[in-house]
Amino acid sequence: MSFLELRDVSKSYGSGATEVHAIRHVNLAVERGSLVAVMGPSGSGKSTLLTIVGSLEEPTSGEVVIDGRALSTMSRNEKARLRRRTVGYVFQDFNLLAGLTAVENVALPLELDGVPGKTAQRTAISRLEELGLADRGAHYPDELSGGERQRVAIARAVVGDRALLLADEPSGALDSINGEAVMRMILTACHRGVAAVVVTHDAQLASWADRVVFIRDGRIVDQTAPPPSAESLLQDLPEPTPRP
Amino acid sequence: MSVRHALLALLSEGPKYGLQLRQEFEESTGEVWPLNVGQVYTTLQRLERDELIESDDEEEAGPQKVFRITRPGREELDAWLSTPPDMTSPPRDELVIKVLAALRVPGVSVHDVIQVHRRYLVELMQQWTRLKEDETDFDLTFALVADAELFRLDSVVRWLDVADGRLKRAAHEPPSATPGPRIRRRLVARR
Repeated sequence: MSFLELRDVSKSYGSGATEVHAIRHVNLAVERGSLVAVMGPSGSGKSTLLTIVGSLEEPTSGEVVIDGRALSTMSRNEKARLRRRTVGYVFQDFNLLAGLTAVENVALPLELDGVPGKTAQRTAISRLEELGLADRGAHYPDELSGGERQRVAIARAVVGDRALLLADEPSGALDSINGEAVMRMILTACHRGVAAVVVTHDAQLASWADRVVFIRDGRIVDQTAPPPSAESLLQDLPEPTPRP
Repeated sequence: MSVRHALLALLSEGPKYGLQLRQEFEESTGEVWPLNVGQVYTTLQRLERDELIESDDEEEAGPQKVFRITRPGREELDAWLSTPPDMTSPPRDELVIKVLAALRVPGVSVHDVIQVHRRYLVELMQQWTRLKEDETDFDLTFALVADAELFRLDSVVRWLDVADGRLKRAAHEPPSATPGPRIRRRLVARR
């Protein structure tokens, strides 16, 4: 069974003549260990999709199932626990707390969840190490570069045993090299078994995904074919067009 | 891709055998431009005829013959490196033509046509990205070639996105005058 499933999910705001359909009849399944990109223009409903998956908003109709449990059957407390323990978020503008160091930012979700301070810090440090930020742990966000801040944000999103990573334009205003580093980190998390959904309008970011789903006017209109096997890749590559 | 100038670039490092040149050409282009042996030797013969390279003997160009770049060859190479390729005139891009044609064909949704091409391009980008993904086997020249392809494909996807948005907006608020002739005049004036 898929780790994340959206079954005929719709979300609308307002009613009657002013009703706006943000997403309509969306079906989507994401396995553990896989990275799915949702690509679409601004206003296509991709961010709404993410907030519904993260249980920050409720769908108007349809069902979201995470790890076999339907969100609609959960109490508020259960949903809050799910958001703390299972779901990690990465936003375009990083959302790090300015008064906390990198380690403290990463340890925060664990501490909020009742993990003792020292243990939380140790876990945070090891996650930062894995992501190549071992020497930046004691720095405050404003002492870090944009790329480093986003890597800390990803470390925070995957700390503990979070199994679902949700990212909204995760490379934000970063340059291509840093954007690539961000996607590599998300892939690393997927290789550990995390299921990830990245929404973006950027084809280069989306191309890191196992599957790219295209959304338009709130509907999923298309998706990429499953990737060919590694061996056939080099043979199947088209020859680049010769330039004059 | 200019095989001629790529060979001059390889010879600028020092004298080389024909066979060596073929191998290095493939390596330096990330092994994505396979080159046949004949093409290398024909090009070497022409370069020698044009006195841009030289060799010790008068034999046929072959695997064991050593080539050197000449002074005019080096000048030709330097000039080529810093001459921008011609990008001034709008290319007759097949994809652009298909999208423009789709606008005229009854019963065809231009948005569907755009999406088919967008998906295909993103799938190609996924293939290039997957090849780049494995950092343990990092190859700088390959990464550069892959980046170039990714940016080229990305620019086409972006154009499709903009076209999609523009057409959507135009459907809601049709323009008061047809801009066709104006655009054409401007392009002609630029040449």
